[in-house]
Amino acid sequence: MTLTERQQRAYIDSQAADMRVNVELETDEGMTLNMGPQHPATHGTLRVIAKLDGEQVVWADIAPGYMHRGYEKLCEVRTYPQVTTLINRIDWLGSFANEVPFILAAEQLMDIEAPPRARYIRTILFEMARIANIVLFLGDLGVQLGAVTPAFYAFRDREHVLDQIESVTGGRFHPNFDRIGGLKDDLPKGWIADTKAVMERMRMFCDEVEDLLFGNEIFEARTRGVGVIPADVALSYGLTGANARASGIDWDLRRDGRVAGLAHDDVDWRVWTHPDGDSFARCWVRLQETREATKIVDQLCDKLPGGSIMAKVPRIIKVPAGEAYVETENPLGAMGYYVVSKGDLGPFRVKIRSASFSNVSVLPWLLRGVYVPDIITILASLYFILGDIDR
Amino acid sequence: MSDATDAAEATGANEAAEAPAEEGPRDELREAHLAVFTGALGDKVLGSHIIPGSELIVRVDRANWVEAAELAKAKLGCTFFDFLSAIDWMPSPWGRYEDAILDDAPSANGSSGIPKPDPATIEVGYAGGETRFQVFCRLANVRQHHSVVLKTDVPDVAVGTNEFSIPTLTKTFAGANWHERECWEMFGITFDGHPGLRHLYLPGGFEGHPLRKDFPLVARMVKPWPGIVDVEPMPESADPEAAEANEETPESPSGQGGDE
Repeated sequence: MTLTERQQRAYIDSQAADMRVNVELETDEGMTLNMGPQHPATHGTLRVIAKLDGEQVVWADIAPGYMHRGYEKLCEVRTYPQVTTLINRIDWLGSFANEVPFILAAEQLMDIEAPPRARYIRTILFEMARIANIVLFLGDLGVQLGAVTPAFYAFRDREHVLDQIESVTGGRFHPNFDRIGGLKDDLPKGWIADTKAVMERMRMFCDEVEDLLFGNEIFEARTRGVGVIPADVALSYGLTGANARASGIDWDLRRDGRVAGLAHDDVDWRVWTHPDGDSFARCWVRLQETREATKIVDQLCDKLPGGSIMAKVPRIIKVPAGEAYVETENPLGAMGYYVVSKGDLGPFRVKIRSASFSNVSVLPWLLRGVYVPDIITILASLYFILGDIDR
Repeated sequence: MSDATDAAEATGANEAAEAPAEEGPRDELREAHLAVFTGALGDKVLGSHIIPGSELIVRVDRANWVEAAELAKAKLGCTFFDFLSAIDWMPSPWGRYEDAILDDAPSANGSSGIPKPDPATIEVGYAGGETRFQVFCRLANVRQHHSVVLKTDVPDVAVGTNEFSIPTLTKTFAGANWHERECWEMFGITFDGHPGLRHLYLPGGFEGHPLRKDFPLVARMVKPWPGIVDVEPMPESADPEAAEANEETPESPSGQGGDE
């Protein structure tokens, strides 16, 4: 029995898909282009499969899961303080921000409120995690679009932010610093002055990137009008963060959320939106957000109240039975934890709502009809972290 | 505002819905939202719970699952699809793996090797429930900044089949697609009418549903946690007595905080 050439190709195609290897096959219907799992534009191991007609994508699918670590299952066999170590690794560029919503959910269940100083320091670190995260986005964005210089600037300047985070928490990437009822430690001596100098530096970095990228003709040509997401589609797919705000949705959980444990209400800042909904808008909103974040940190440093950094918390933490959902505006978008407690040492069920998962789920819709080079632009401008998709 | 409160009280009086906690502060906004559900769905609202100032949880009948989501979208303006997932309310038959359950569990529980979970011990959370599995989703209004958590019980398709299904939300919210795929592979709940229930995270031939409570966490079975069994002697102190002495120090290095 002999197979037709077409059957052979289909067989190779399916085998390759099962083995998850790179393959480009030309078939009668056009070409199947496989990007990844390893590709510079995917920030890790995300696989994009696109069926092409010439240079145009007619159908696209996303295959995540290469980094699935099963955190929801693992949380069920850990105590509450142990969970923060795990969830640090969800969005690894802004680790501290991952801890905050979980701790707030546990605090809500236990009816504990962190003292004001802890709330302020929490918010400072939360915003610094945002800066460290988005600065790398701005640098990486250049690399995706063919400009290498911004990446060096980004890595250079992000280090200053990470140094500040490290000098408080002891960890550059994984602070594991937030505790139920407050924080592990107070700020070290002289930290506030150093931080303000770093914030000044980050504002300079933002200006540099704006000069390098946003005023650049090629950058504009490659991002303007590419990957437009209308507001209703964004809402329906659950897009959050800068991706939603770039589609004109004026929604920021730092301002609009009912989060009790952070101090964003005490300072003066604004939420930026952009009406276009294209890749340029997403990048631009993130740039402005970084500037706002430096202002928030500055103001919080000025206003920092004295007092304790830890509320009265029992030594062995047992969380009363109940359910709580807390969502905060993380660097990548809204991140929330639905915590179900049965009065035990550990949670009964934790549903992790991560921002990138929903943000990326729009891709099959968004990639239809775009040209191949624009896939890179869209992936870069949507900005996801693999750990945040796969959890 | 007073109208809304009256409506909520009126429906609260003639509905079988569990009354929200009365002793806490009242939440008139969410009571008004609950009244929208009870007004439209009547006794198909099987339970409700209000966390004052935070969340409204509404449990609806499985047959009205899509209708409830559409209602939230149309009447409450909840156009933002936040997430969808499920809860397995059965207590884990494996315990919390805090001691070496591996030694006694499989042999003590018959030939299957899996300890039998006891359905009688199911304790459900807010807004009640009757079945082991519950699907829940959260929808939000991004302009007025309120939200609703919808829950529904997922009974067996037929008695004893151990198959579960509910209607899909993808026609109302496109973003439900991936969440339902994840829920399908993690809990084994089928979503009727879903455009493509394929594996999202797990490889194609994966057997079992990892987030079900009776799915064992293999890593914990191989190596119990935390530090109860795996205390190894330090390399320099080769003699076993010294290692034993280390083991008996009162301060446990584990994250448990030790017993006071």
